[in-house]
Amino acid sequence: MTKYRINKTRFVDQTKTVSFTFDGKKYHGFEGDTLASALLSNGIHLIGRSFKYHRPRGIMSCGSEEPNAICQINDNTDLTEPNVRATEIELYEGLKASSQNCWPSLNFDIGGINNLISPFIPAGFYYKTFMWPKSFWKKIYEPLIRLSAGLGKSPTQPDPDIYDHKHEHCDVLVIGGGISGIISAKIAAKNNLKTILIEDKNILGGSTIYQNNKNFIIDNQKSNEWLMNEISELEKLDNLIIKTRTSLAAFHSYNYLLAKENISDHLPLDKKNGSIRQRLWKIRADKVIVAAGAIERPLIFNNNDRPGIILANSVKKYLDFYGVSTGLNNIIFTNNDSAYETAVSLFEKGISVKIVDIRKKSSSNIVKNAEDLGIKIYWNSTVVNTFGYKKIKSIEIMNLSEDGSNVTGNKHKIQCDCLSISGGWTPMVHMHTQSGGKLDFREIDQVFVPTEKSENHINVGSCNGDFELEEIVKNTNYKVKKFLNINEGGFDKISVLCSKESEKKNIWLLPNSISESKTKSFIDFQNDSTAKDIKLALREGFKSIEHVKRYTTTGMATDQGKLSNMHALGIIADTAGVKMGTLGTTTFRPPFTPLTFGAIVGRSVGKFFDIVRKTSIHEWHVQNNAKFENVGQWKRPWYYPINNENLHEAVQRESKAARDSAGILDASTLGKIDIQGSDASEFLNRVYTNAWSKLGIGKCRYGLMLNEDGMVYDDGVTTRLGENHYLMTTTTGGAANVLSKLEDYLQTEWPELDVYLTSVTDHYTTASICGPNSKKILNKLFPNKDFSDEAFPHMSYQDAIIDKIECRIMRISFTGELSYEINVESKYGKSLWENCIAAGEEYKITPYGTETMHLLRAEKGFIIVGQDTDGTMTPIDLQMDWIVSKKKYDFIGKRSLYRSDTMREDRKQLVGLLTDDPNEILEEGAQIVSELDKKPVEMIGHVTSSYFSPNLNKSIALAVVKGGKKMNGQKLFVPMENKNIKVTVSDFIFFDKENKRINA
Amino acid sequence: MFVINCPHCGERDQSEFSCGGEAHIVRPKQPTELSDDEWAEYLFMRKNTKGVQFERWNHAHGCRKWFNMVRDTSNDKIHAVYKMGEKPPVI
Amino acid sequence: MKNKYSIFSLIKNAFSQHENWKQAWGNPEPKKEYEAVIVGGGGHGLATAYYLAKKHNMKNIAVLEKGWIGGGNTGRNTTIIRSNYLWDASAGLYDHALKIWENLSQELNYNIMFSQRGVMNLAHNLQDVRDLKRRTHANRLNGIDAVWLDTKQVKEFCPIINISQDIRYPVLGGTLQRRAGTARHDAVAWGYARGADAMGVDIIQNCEVKGIKRNGDQVEGLDTTKGFIKTKKIGVVAAGHSSVIANMAGLKLPLESKPLQALVSEPVKPIIDTVVMSNAVHAYVSQSDKGELVIGAGTDAYISYTQRGSHDVVEGTLKAILELYPIFSRMKMLRQWGGIVDICPDASPIISKTNIKGLYFNCGWGTGGFKATPGSGDLFAHTIANDEPHKLNAAFNLNRFVSGDLVDEHGAAAVAH
Repeated sequence: MTKYRINKTRFVDQTKTVSFTFDGKKYHGFEGDTLASALLSNGIHLIGRSFKYHRPRGIMSCGSEEPNAICQINDNTDLTEPNVRATEIELYEGLKASSQNCWPSLNFDIGGINNLISPFIPAGFYYKTFMWPKSFWKKIYEPLIRLSAGLGKSPTQPDPDIYDHKHEHCDVLVIGGGISGIISAKIAAKNNLKTILIEDKNILGGSTIYQNNKNFIIDNQKSNEWLMNEISELEKLDNLIIKTRTSLAAFHSYNYLLAKENISDHLPLDKKNGSIRQRLWKIRADKVIVAAGAIERPLIFNNNDRPGIILANSVKKYLDFYGVSTGLNNIIFTNNDSAYETAVSLFEKGISVKIVDIRKKSSSNIVKNAEDLGIKIYWNSTVVNTFGYKKIKSIEIMNLSEDGSNVTGNKHKIQCDCLSISGGWTPMVHMHTQSGGKLDFREIDQVFVPTEKSENHINVGSCNGDFELEEIVKNTNYKVKKFLNINEGGFDKISVLCSKESEKKNIWLLPNSISESKTKSFIDFQNDSTAKDIKLALREGFKSIEHVKRYTTTGMATDQGKLSNMHALGIIADTAGVKMGTLGTTTFRPPFTPLTFGAIVGRSVGKFFDIVRKTSIHEWHVQNNAKFENVGQWKRPWYYPINNENLHEAVQRESKAARDSAGILDASTLGKIDIQGSDASEFLNRVYTNAWSKLGIGKCRYGLMLNEDGMVYDDGVTTRLGENHYLMTTTTGGAANVLSKLEDYLQTEWPELDVYLTSVTDHYTTASICGPNSKKILNKLFPNKDFSDEAFPHMSYQDAIIDKIECRIMRISFTGELSYEINVESKYGKSLWENCIAAGEEYKITPYGTETMHLLRAEKGFIIVGQDTDGTMTPIDLQMDWIVSKKKYDFIGKRSLYRSDTMREDRKQLVGLLTDDPNEILEEGAQIVSELDKKPVEMIGHVTSSYFSPNLNKSIALAVVKGGKKMNGQKLFVPMENKNIKVTVSDFIFFDKENKRINA
Repeated sequence: MFVINCPHCGERDQSEFSCGGEAHIVRPKQPTELSDDEWAEYLFMRKNTKGVQFERWNHAHGCRKWFNMVRDTSNDKIHAVYKMGEKPPVI
Repeated sequence: MKNKYSIFSLIKNAFSQHENWKQAWGNPEPKKEYEAVIVGGGGHGLATAYYLAKKHNMKNIAVLEKGWIGGGNTGRNTTIIRSNYLWDASAGLYDHALKIWENLSQELNYNIMFSQRGVMNLAHNLQDVRDLKRRTHANRLNGIDAVWLDTKQVKEFCPIINISQDIRYPVLGGTLQRRAGTARHDAVAWGYARGADAMGVDIIQNCEVKGIKRNGDQVEGLDTTKGFIKTKKIGVVAAGHSSVIANMAGLKLPLESKPLQALVSEPVKPIIDTVVMSNAVHAYVSQSDKGELVIGAGTDAYISYTQRGSHDVVEGTLKAILELYPIFSRMKMLRQWGGIVDICPDASPIISKTNIKGLYFNCGWGTGGFKATPGSGDLFAHTIANDEPHKLNAAFNLNRFVSGDLVDEHGAAAVAH
């Protein structure tokens, strides 16, 4: 045992030694320790340096409110983590911790110079300087500021750990496993409600579990012993899930809560491997009982930040829970009774202790207890200064004036090696306010307490402002019963004895004999904002709490103001002379404690980032060396290189093959919507720009769909399968949106139409065979079918059978070649494809990807919605007037085509572009101008699609150009970074304008 | 995240739904008869209410039905849901 | 008189224990009448007042703020500043702003920490590449610095990005604007407030507008929680609450107000030295001078004035962040928050007169208004002072929704083919 491990407790197993390092030096602690308790047991108080002044800082608390003792864990490994609170991390074998924000070392930190120049760098100083000379900002000032940014270091390697999510529904969620949470959970679970109890520590019991003071008695037992029995009973209940090491992260509306469970953070390094690190619970609870407790407040006085200055209840926890003394010569500085429990506990373990109390007296049991033990108490006194750079050595105290606004008499110096401070308690109202709850200010003990209005949650225990054991137990019982509508709670006849506080006194900023400007009374310890910073902000006109907070950075450190917000508010109220309740609070934003990105994301990383949609032919594409393109969530073959071909070479070969003999494309990803009902034709009339009523059964037609604002939205071929039955195809990426839009109109605008829509995209596989030999291949595949132009004309469809499999054959073309699309149920897709390949072998059938498809259709001047359009093109702009019915009374988007600006002649219109140098391929996205020398440059359009056409043996491009319809033959320029490319406007149909090949 | 009581399916998590904006904006029966101003009013102008709003939602990852909801946009409290074509409740 | 801020004034004041700093802005009660009243004390509103006083000599004016100045989207955004917009009108508007940003600290004598660390937009599919190249070309010809980077250059510029081509949506390149960057958002509001106050502008906080009084088609004044204020010119810059004010005047606007969320990580030593945006997977990240990773999430798809969004949206954004930066998995979210953004159908703003005389609106900035703050204020001041738009904001009129001349900055409508 070390010098400071002075006590054996049931919570730390002193038979199990755990070794760890801090700043490279090896130490020992025990199983059950936190890093903080283990360091303290070794007499280590100096843990890190503060953000702004680089002042030496030590452990201040024992929980998530810790502002100072934050470390880098496992530096230089893939398990490293910055800004870990030593007070929260459980000790494990091999843990490596290092101090942060200091250079070259924790003991000698160059940044400490900031402390010396602190008079010149008050709150917000950077807004007032670093402006001259201007050029210095980027090169000198800002790099200097950034040099001092941050605390710990970001990991630099990918995270080897796994994170998990779990969805849970329950009747009652209890947040917090202290005494009030335990009572609540027991009442709920015993009344057949499915209950979850979460507790962020590794064991239940909160601060009562180590409350061994004789003044706190429940049913004739010491409160800790009573609670121990309750916990063992609780653990036997069936419909209760108890989750320790699980902290609430966020309380969203509709009782949707997030809680993070630590699963392997406390395990030794060699046992972490492969297990889940953290699990985020997503809980929907019918009722929520918040029993989050309270945190102790510090006191604000000069140099209140030295290592060895620790919150009083934390000192008690280190002693009674971990068996560690934070010092051997303690002073307690308090404004309330609770710190006396610490004093008594220290005394009972034989540790020297004195008390400085700002009150004039107190006559509660616990104070009497201390007095009876002979503990020296300095009443009506305050600490005015502390000494000891890296560890507190002594303090100076003075008497308070009658009204407490000043100090009187002489300074009295007292030696110590630990100063325990207690400024009272702050209820943890974070969860309550996150859920939308409001707060009231309670003057008597200067706390914000929840105003209970919600039907969905209540607050119990000290987070509700109940601080005395008796009221905690009795109020919790009463409130939970009422909330859950239960008659018998099981705690109705309980007897509770406890010390009751009669004297209350609070001074937000304790007075001093020296001028305030010469003091450093810290409010936000991590960010180094002091009382005088707050007052400076107020002097400079920052009146709102939010302004003060932002100007001074108070409450914005990694503890998110858990220790600082109340004092900041108090000092603002005192300085401005207003009541604290009128100031409001700052917003408590989620998460309650910092939450790893990994836990938030869960398993949706790497290959689970987003689903991958594959066609039934995908494996064949992979085997045949396809390169893939992401189109929405689909993987589509982009091109199929042979013998190390690059994209260009492969596409040239594929394109030539498709026009010279036969090509085959997997077109399965196109959206397919099955449309049925007696009004199906009328429905299509309304959603497409062209007319559908006269389309014969067995015929196909191309349709263009607009947004209501007249802009092209989607396109595709729709086939009439029967009198009241159509199959619509959409673009690949647009499928889901089109269906949703069609359903919207159908259900909300035209409910009178008898139409039913079903997405069948995934149900069918589509093989598209094109080229002059495609008919021959189809003949081989379907020997009994007549593919003559008369029997099976272009833009028609027929049913057929292949290998006993029913299929639909559409004779439609997106390449301008004779072309057939064969659709089968997806489960037969691969076999169909393989049959096609086999049948096409003698014609050297060539599989081609999206790039070749794009090239072939560009040769024909067919648009691709989303590539040649961008949400600002009307069909008229696309020179597709032919598809816009003049006869139809209405269709989606029609009215918008007749607005003044959508009818303008000088809108951007689709044209073809030919480069003067036929080998020059334009860059897609390149801009177009008509005059090179004009300033400013007037861009009249841009290149939307551009390829080298192997069939025309020249470069071709589609573009949109202002007034382009009338510019055929005109010379334009494409100005690139290093050259201007000369182009000529042409027809956008480059190949087979007469459509001979479709019937070849 | 809300819990939405789909009038066809019952209570479901918000993530199953998508919102279609202000409700009861009826598409004009004769758009061609409207002035550009009137058409713009239908197409783009919205009340964007702070407070009780009637709006359209779609149970996109469920029954795919559109329905109406009355929600207070100042606190996200849902007052009522009702099917398309039903009369809006008085709130 | 205001103190002039400089290293010398800091030193001088240190010797008087910083007791002699003047108020950055006052706390006046409203006068009975003003020449013009700006509704909304965010960055845009304060900048409008500043330029009205400075460039148009309108000094008897007030800014009304229902809460605390800079407390809306000015204090809630991810502070990205760039001008690499596609359309000429947008590029003109945002680059006008960027040029003002470049000298704003000196102009205001307030260090708004404009940090030109560059903004890079990533492409993740072939259509992204086409769209971003199109934008890069347009930017270059519009005199806006923008360069295309291939995947390797993306990695060189920001070494922590995962450019593996095996990830779900690999990085295929990006466009970089080096003059772009970030600024300290609060300081922008405070700097403009201080500057406006020095010229006599009344900045009135905790003053909520409750009604707009009209005489026929001319505005007469405003009912506020601090009484009636008479004025012939009202400039509304109320962001998410624009429609609420418009309704008071009997107007409807083409806006929807939606929650937009953002978050910061715990502060760490510098690890990412630029701003990286990815629309396709939706991940925006930069690192503040304090060391926090500043991450922008998306909007929820429903109207809400609650300043809270869905957890789904935050989860979705962090998914994308970890896809691009797997090293951030063990970083921790420190806080998240929401703002209410007013979104136009074409994702472009409105800086416009209305059909009510003396009533002007500056709204519809959606998710990207912060970057325009100085330009928006300048042009809105011009519009109010002259009762007609400047040529740089002429395209951003309300009539475009009638005539169909939208400035569609959505980019390509869909991923198609």
